Amino acid sequence: MPFIANTDADRKAMLDAIGKSSVEELFADIPEKRRFPELKLPEGKSEQEVLRELADLASRNLTPERKAWFLGAGAYNHFIPAVVPALASRGEFLTAYTPYQPEVAQGTLQSIFEYQSMAAELLGVPVVNASHYDVATALAEGIIMALKNYSDRTEVLLPRDLHPEYKKVVELYLEPFKVELREYVGAPEVAPVSDKTACLVASYPTFTGEVYPLAKAAEAAHSVGALFIVQADPMMCALFKSPGAQGADIVAAEGQCLGNPMNFGGPFLGMLGTTTQLMRKIPGRLVGQTKDSADRRGFVLTLSTREQHIRREKAVSNICSNQGLTMLQTCIYLAAMGKNGMRTVASLCYDKAHYAAELINGTPGYKVQTNSFFKEFLISTPIAAEEIFDRLVKRGFVPGLPVSRYDASKPNELLVCVTEVNTKSEIDSLAQLLKEVAQ
Amino acid sequence: MNAAAVQEPLIFELSVEGRVGCALPKSDVPHYELPKDLERETLNLPQVDELTLVRHFSRLSQKNYSIDTNFYPLGSCTMKYNPKANEVAANMAGWRLSHPLVGEKYSQGSLELIYRLQASLAEIGGFKAVSLQPAAGAHGELSGILMIRKYLLDHGETKRTKMLIPDSAHGTNPASCTMAGFVTQTIPSGPDGNIDMKALKAALDDTVAGIMITNPNTLGLFEKNIERIAALVHKAGGLVYGDGANMNALVGVFKPGEAGIDVMHFNLHKTFSTPHGGGGPGAGMIAAGKTLAAYLPGPTVAMKRGKFEFEMPEKSIGHVKAFYGNFGVLVRAYSYILLQGREGLRRIAENSVLNANYLKAKIEKTYPVKYPHSCMHEFVAMGDIAPGIRTTDIAKRLIDYGIHPPTVYFPLIVPEALMIEPTETESKATLDMFVDAMLAIAKEAKEEPELLHNAPVTTPVGRLDEVLAARNPILCYKD
Repeated sequence: MPFIANTDADRKAMLDAIGKSSVEELFADIPEKRRFPELKLPEGKSEQEVLRELADLASRNLTPERKAWFLGAGAYNHFIPAVVPALASRGEFLTAYTPYQPEVAQGTLQSIFEYQSMAAELLGVPVVNASHYDVATALAEGIIMALKNYSDRTEVLLPRDLHPEYKKVVELYLEPFKVELREYVGAPEVAPVSDKTACLVASYPTFTGEVYPLAKAAEAAHSVGALFIVQADPMMCALFKSPGAQGADIVAAEGQCLGNPMNFGGPFLGMLGTTTQLMRKIPGRLVGQTKDSADRRGFVLTLSTREQHIRREKAVSNICSNQGLTMLQTCIYLAAMGKNGMRTVASLCYDKAHYAAELINGTPGYKVQTNSFFKEFLISTPIAAEEIFDRLVKRGFVPGLPVSRYDASKPNELLVCVTEVNTKSEIDSLAQLLKEVAQ
Repeated sequence: MNAAAVQEPLIFELSVEGRVGCALPKSDVPHYELPKDLERETLNLPQVDELTLVRHFSRLSQKNYSIDTNFYPLGSCTMKYNPKANEVAANMAGWRLSHPLVGEKYSQGSLELIYRLQASLAEIGGFKAVSLQPAAGAHGELSGILMIRKYLLDHGETKRTKMLIPDSAHGTNPASCTMAGFVTQTIPSGPDGNIDMKALKAALDDTVAGIMITNPNTLGLFEKNIERIAALVHKAGGLVYGDGANMNALVGVFKPGEAGIDVMHFNLHKTFSTPHGGGGPGAGMIAAGKTLAAYLPGPTVAMKRGKFEFEMPEKSIGHVKAFYGNFGVLVRAYSYILLQGREGLRRIAENSVLNANYLKAKIEKTYPVKYPHSCMHEFVAMGDIAPGIRTTDIAKRLIDYGIHPPTVYFPLIVPEALMIEPTETESKATLDMFVDAMLAIAKEAKEEPELLHNAPVTTPVGRLDEVLAARNPILCYKD
């Protein structure tokens, strides 16, 4: 076994030093009838056998490698520059752990600080933590953070058009709390806020792609003393006003689209940011700048008294391990793209999505349902969206998400996503194929 | 010159107006106007070329200690070698580019992998069913405690609001209980480092929801009374949660599901060798026996008529995360299980326990071990070995010997704790190097204590002012 260095001679010498005659003796505390049970698993395989077996399994998945891809709905097919995985997969990053010893973790710590800085700029808030598991859990913990801000407010207002996956996670996380979850329809500024409201949540954009302005909603929430929480697409924020600039107190965003592969839904990157006022209540790790005794700049984990390893049952959250490596990928991605690259990529998504929507809207039987959007929009279809999906897959196209997969009452709705990787000719062909299958 | 030794500017300080680090395509479609009132004006992100970017992050990486470069005996974190084959496996296009909503019939590869990994982990742990959805150990804890909560409510047990937690437990245990709406009661350890049975019995009233047990516990000791504890808690009407953070000592040696544990998480990033990534992503899969299997979070994968399908367990608590878990991490863990096989898994436990006992035997005369009994995969020594010397000093001086410090000041019940976990992948030669360093530091502690107080001196920065960082938080770059 290549992962164990010690030989039988080493083991003998070590047992002699311990004063035992066999390794089995070291397990004497385990009840004898439970010790060394049979494991019904195969024998170990060679590296080449394992990789062949996994390559065979992996080949059974449909991927954008050989298809024109218009499926998003929370997992996005963006281009990832080669430098991103090349740098993030360096063993010094990959095989380090949580930077509890800052002198030997400045690489990780400075990277987190740079990520916090770039993410804060993008989302328009002064504080972003070192990551959550995904946007669903970040949003759930953001809402809990808001609830803890009040002793007498238990109402949470959620958009009806929140991504169904996120809604399910929020419902589970809030289940143990005394909370009233209420849904509102349409623009967040018309949500029925009251003096019972702890927080108003808005999606920017919503699940079906609708982009509502946020500033008036922030005002409405603040006018009743509630907090305003925004679940955002961070790539959209390169082009559109940030949630923070429009008055958000807490921002949760899914960072997968910024340099992380889709990976069948994980690992993703939960981004969570807030204001300076609420900084000491945010869950998750934070990195801060400081100095050593020789006045040299350095970085440390900070404000740790919020966290479980110090405060135990009184901590703001139980989170420990986060999504460090996906955060690093996003950090490198944002630096590689920079100011101009981020705007270019976001513009490409915007223009191509609008071009696609225009073509599809001109196709008989199809109608674009989303009014204002960034890269994803909902269309009504003349035949079942699931049928369109199957027929287009055979033609080399993955046309979007049949909404019926989440809501059976909506068989004729398809959520279409267009990014910078989609070419004009792919979009033209998509419109043509949609026309053909409707005839 | 060693890049680790020089100060590396922040990426913002390397920025030059007009530079970009990636060639992007030109638009092949018409331009569309943005809604005027929502258009963003400025975006202050850095602007660097690709080589500047590569050098920056390469130099930063060199400031880290990592398993690939250093011995990293961080107790309770199981910093074992992460095989490169697992990285190749996880980066296969079929996994990396697979979309979570493409549909079951178009992702049979992913579903089959989830199915097989569920079955392998259930077999290893002796459990009935497994959900791979939790993203980290603490996330698995929250899932398991929510399962206990739902089970109790389903059985009309609304009075059971108290969770028992040994004083040696990780901080995530009580924090997870709070998030799930329970109050916690701490159970002290007895003189042998195991749970004090008398205190446990006294706590078992009709408000008990259950107990969270880490086994081996954070002192590195096997909880000898595990089956009796489980039976007592069950008799009192509670359920037993197993924290599998230390499963590395037990794979192939002991199946917790056969010893009365109702629900348990394993940290795939510890026992099953997926890389820690500077803090994550982990994977905290959760397993349950017959009492709680129906309550697992979902979706999980089942096989029907030769096809793999998602399903929600019958009484599932729901979804703890969007989609199906940290899938990329799951691929690595499954690859590792295939490479190890049944006999390899047992060798993991055997060699990790042997390595820990060897280190303990070699240093315990110099660094006292409060509970001197045979340890499992780790042990807890104490660092206050000379006047004015604290555990921090030992830890920081180890850095100058090229070794990552052990976990320090944890568990809380051992003063000046040094929690040492070598893992099975380290050789006797590396362990001997560590022993030599520890003994040399002990000598320095008595003869030249300033060497310890001033350590580390070989790193890009010395000891950092953490009080300053917390008092005046600078969490973002400002120009």
